[in-house]
Amino acid sequence: MIKLYRFLKPYAAFIASVLLLVFLQTLADLYLPTLMSDIVNNGIMNGDTGYILRVGGIMLAVAAAGTTCAVIASLLSSKTAMGLGTILRNKLFNRVESYSLHEFDRFGTATLVTRTTNDIIQVQMVTIMIMRMMISAPITAIGGVIMAFSQDRMLTWVLVIAVPLLTLVILLLAKRGMPFFKSMQVKIDKINLVLRENLTGMRVIRAFNRDEHEKARFEDANKDLTDNYIKVNRIMAFMMPSMMLIMNITSIAILWFGSMRIDNGDMNLGALIAFMQYAMQILFSMLMLSIMFIMVPRAQAAAERINEVIEIVPGIVDPEDVKKVAQGKGFVEFKNVTFSYQGAEQPALSGISFSASPGEVTAVIGGTGSGKSTLINLIPRFYDVDEGSVLVDGVDVREMSQKELRAKIGFVPQKSILFSGTIRENIGYGKDDADEEEIRYAAGVAQASEFISNMSDGFDTMISQGGTNVSGGQKQRLSIARALVRRPEIYIFDDSFSALDFKTDARLRAALKKEIDNATVIIVAQRVGTVMDADRIIVMDEGRIAGMGTHRELMSTCDVYREIVSSQLSEEELA
Amino acid sequence: MSGQNNEKAARAQQKREPVHGGPGGAIGRPVEKAKNFKRTLKRLIGYLKPQRINLTVVLIFAVIGMTFTIVAPKISGDAMNKLKDGVVAKMAVQQLTDVQKKLREGAQKPEGDPAQDFPLEQYDSKALEAIKEVMNLPLIGEISDADEKADAAEKIINLQKSIPSGEGQKMSMSDEQIQDALRCIRETGGRVDFDAIAQILIMLLGFYVLSSSFTFIMQFVMAGVAHKTVYRMRKDVDDKLPKLPLKYFDSRTHGEILSRMTNDIDTISQTLQQSLTQLITSIVQIAGYIVMMLTISPVLTLIVMATLPLYIFATAFVAKKSQKHFAAQQKELGELSGHVEEMYGGHKVVKVFGHEEKSIEKFSAINDKLYDSGWKAQFISGVMFPLMNFVSNVGYVLISIVGGIWVTKNRLNLGDITAFIQYSRSFTMPIVQTANIANIIQSTVACAERVFEILDEQEEAPDNSDARVLEFPKGEVVIQNLDFRYKEDVPLIENMNLHVRSGETIAIVGPTGAGKTTLVNLLMRFYEIRGGRISIDGIDIVDIKRNALRKIFGMVLQDTWLFNGTIRENIAYGREGASEQEIFQAAKAAHADHFIRTLPDGYDTILNEEGTNISQGQKQLLTIARAILANPAILILDEATSSVDTRTELLIQKAMANLMKGRTSFVIAHRLSTIRDAEVILVMNNGKIIEQGSHKDLLSKGGFYSDLYNSQFTGANLA
Repeated sequence: MIKLYRFLKPYAAFIASVLLLVFLQTLADLYLPTLMSDIVNNGIMNGDTGYILRVGGIMLAVAAAGTTCAVIASLLSSKTAMGLGTILRNKLFNRVESYSLHEFDRFGTATLVTRTTNDIIQVQMVTIMIMRMMISAPITAIGGVIMAFSQDRMLTWVLVIAVPLLTLVILLLAKRGMPFFKSMQVKIDKINLVLRENLTGMRVIRAFNRDEHEKARFEDANKDLTDNYIKVNRIMAFMMPSMMLIMNITSIAILWFGSMRIDNGDMNLGALIAFMQYAMQILFSMLMLSIMFIMVPRAQAAAERINEVIEIVPGIVDPEDVKKVAQGKGFVEFKNVTFSYQGAEQPALSGISFSASPGEVTAVIGGTGSGKSTLINLIPRFYDVDEGSVLVDGVDVREMSQKELRAKIGFVPQKSILFSGTIRENIGYGKDDADEEEIRYAAGVAQASEFISNMSDGFDTMISQGGTNVSGGQKQRLSIARALVRRPEIYIFDDSFSALDFKTDARLRAALKKEIDNATVIIVAQRVGTVMDADRIIVMDEGRIAGMGTHRELMSTCDVYREIVSSQLSEEELA
Repeated sequence: MSGQNNEKAARAQQKREPVHGGPGGAIGRPVEKAKNFKRTLKRLIGYLKPQRINLTVVLIFAVIGMTFTIVAPKISGDAMNKLKDGVVAKMAVQQLTDVQKKLREGAQKPEGDPAQDFPLEQYDSKALEAIKEVMNLPLIGEISDADEKADAAEKIINLQKSIPSGEGQKMSMSDEQIQDALRCIRETGGRVDFDAIAQILIMLLGFYVLSSSFTFIMQFVMAGVAHKTVYRMRKDVDDKLPKLPLKYFDSRTHGEILSRMTNDIDTISQTLQQSLTQLITSIVQIAGYIVMMLTISPVLTLIVMATLPLYIFATAFVAKKSQKHFAAQQKELGELSGHVEEMYGGHKVVKVFGHEEKSIEKFSAINDKLYDSGWKAQFISGVMFPLMNFVSNVGYVLISIVGGIWVTKNRLNLGDITAFIQYSRSFTMPIVQTANIANIIQSTVACAERVFEILDEQEEAPDNSDARVLEFPKGEVVIQNLDFRYKEDVPLIENMNLHVRSGETIAIVGPTGAGKTTLVNLLMRFYEIRGGRISIDGIDIVDIKRNALRKIFGMVLQDTWLFNGTIRENIAYGREGASEQEIFQAAKAAHADHFIRTLPDGYDTILNEEGTNISQGQKQLLTIARAILANPAILILDEATSSVDTRTELLIQKAMANLMKGRTSFVIAHRLSTIRDAEVILVMNNGKIIEQGSHKDLLSKGGFYSDLYNSQFTGANLA
């Protein structure tokens, strides 16, 4: 957490002011008992009403001044803590946006979202608490000790015993409670897991009549969590009363020893009253601190997660001197490429060499895990190769600027992702300055015109977050239109027709054929029907190229290909 | 265990999670309101009923514990009074003794001394008489009996009045103070009564110990009360879920249901644990403090009460101001989360289209707005505490002034004023707390209402009393005049008829939304039909016990649901009490045995939460093994191979062929190659069977099916 506070630099002046203001406010609070003691000693004992009124007035003024300080401090600390949150969020988001898929996959979407939102809010809230309480607590404690000391030296000994005792109790309880606090989240997660599984597997559970089994699983998790809760709360039940007891015994001790000192004439009554109030203020500030001890560990965990994201530097950055592509129309070449995912024992791709020219269709086919998607992910430089090189128009992709490289590519991912916004905006995402004509045209080619015009607002229909209000096939077509509007030199389709029924699939491919005649097209597919007529079919098997050629060539030379084909087509169709 | 669903659920949950602001931050937050506050509250209290004995204990202990706490300052005030009386008496005795001593010294001095203090010749006879008398009295400091001492002191003071001496010899005291001092001397004998003080302090110590132990017991018991109640609530909801029709889950996201079971119930548990005891103690405190303050001084109590409207005003002011900003903050936060989710979810797309900068721009804009509303909300709610403190301080000062003046007039004791100050300062805490708790209870009831809503949902119709169990189902399925719709006003399946003989394989094809999966859902009676009849082996499924009905079916779905457990457990899920050997056999028949044995822990490999440690195809094989183990009479394969590559599919198809032998099977598939060999192919569109027959029949017919089938080969390829 301390690490994150380096981002507080722009707020240094604010923090200094807060410190000063809190200090002043604490002084004001501390001064009140002294004034009260004056009232007792000089006013009450001497029966001086005028004096009482005068000092009373001063007390009011001091209280008002203290409040003013507190209000300004609250203003500044709110701005500071929220500012920190804002800075952290910006830093984090910027960092994540610069991640290549490599770093991104290390975390995963869900946790990155949590880190950007909830974790930062945690840190922000604790920062506010720290600025409101943690700063004032030690100042109150120290100030209280000084003031108490100035009232009476000998009585301070009572505090010398009470304060460490209180600290000890807090620490002991914290130590005993911590393991339960920590396992709490684990147990909550467990109960959530069982529940989530019950919801997602509802049909399976019912189909297999396993309700009782699931109930027992939930019961276990529920009991476990409940026991933990009860234990934590029982430990906490001990905390407050024991702390109060220590505080109260302290006040009794002060009263007793104070009486003796007064009797000896070493101290006066007013000082005793003031002293007791100081003691209470000191102990209360300790209480405040103990609350912080409970809150800070949670934020600590959040802070660590945030730091982790900020500290990872994206592996893929533009080179210092970017090579410009002199000319070219999207010529793609793989030269003996080997690539492994981080931490994997075996390379996902090895010894891949091929080239694809404009006007050609290259299809990639193979089993799950054979490396099809990995292969095409190397073209837009989502990952960097371990060995060999990927060239676009003769230039190594690692020597180009990512922006320029990706401007050449129209990518249709396997999972169609749309963003919230109108259909027009979603298609226009492919090209910043696309006009209405271009968008409508792209939609037409992608066989999306019909369903768009059937929608209530046509191209202005809002797509909800995650694209939940359009079907899988419609999403896929919109995502194809988005790539088309870009008019790129290289098209990459990653299994992009899977959600379409055969008829639409066929119509779409017919329309596409005319449209992208001059581009380099790379298609990953599972259906033999989709790839049969490609200029070049690359058959992937366990990260290697098992065969390359046209359908006819492969049928006679490649076992893997034949196997795939025979699983999909019957004898007569093969003929 | 599909990862995507997990993620969505997790995120939906986050959205609902309130932003915790700590004690200071909670003030002024908009409060969620229940639709029917009274009824829900009643019901929530009903939940506490089994704990009523413990609750009574809590209540009693809370009251007793608090009473001790409340009385304590008054007792310590008594100690303070004793101390003060002693000190005053001692001072008075000291002063009087000094006067006596001075008089004696003056009398003994040789006459004619120019520096003598007592020029006797100045005094009249009355004064001389008085001086003589004073001198004859024994030194007050040496009198041991308290009453004699007081009498002597009174005499001296009275005598002194008739001695018109210099200022130095007079005691500078008002009449009230003299009276008070005399009383003190009479009571204490001119010294601090340590015995009495010790007695009070020991009593006080006892009170504190008792108060702390009672509070401890109360909270200790309450921990059990709160969490056992919530435990039961969770259990009730979990028991309810299997009884709800699938229809219920269709209309809600998992995140929404999860959030009710976790966040909402958590809020309830926290309220029960903390706020309930706080509420009890606060109310006892408020009442107790008022009583105690009244016993000390009704007028001072009035002063304290006069500050109350200030609190209310301050709270209302802050709440009103901050609510607007909190709402804005919540809105911006929602927008921000939405943007982050989309951008992270579509990271690849953002990158490949080079939209990083735009995305960052939008993020910054929202972030800035969030900052704006955020700091305002925090600031205003942060002002609350200083404001309260100020009001409290104003009260403090007023009491110090008025009380101080009264003490000088002897209308109050010093101890009383210190006790009163303690009371008045403590008084503010429970009031602020009660206001806070009122809000908390409101939102808790809203949470409880959402939980109760689940409990109140209409359950699936129970089995008929004479429902049957099919001992040896053959798997003959007859559908007659079937009508079904998910939504009342949207007809889906209308007047469907079908006869499937035992052991036949039925393939169902058709575009998305044609009703393929619906038909399967109806067979298993996941939904109730509107009209017509479905029967198995001649018996209407409505007359078969649900459990028994579902036992007839085995299911392999596209969504390969497996749970977080070992592979062995996941396969064994198919049938309760399956033996080790049966599990291995099922895995072998599903062609899964081989890959399982290549995993580091074999059958004991734990499938992780995201289900990422085995591939999609392997998961599919496990679900097939699970279905094989179940050994059903009727098999349902719903898009079982769609997310699997063709080579794995080959394995799966072999496995499925094993599985389908001798069973009635319903196969739904996108890939026409999977269904070619079915005895009957049903082509569905818009909830109707539009074609029916074998592959060859349908192709030669040249209808929808042949159209569909041929479109995958016609020369419309990309190349």
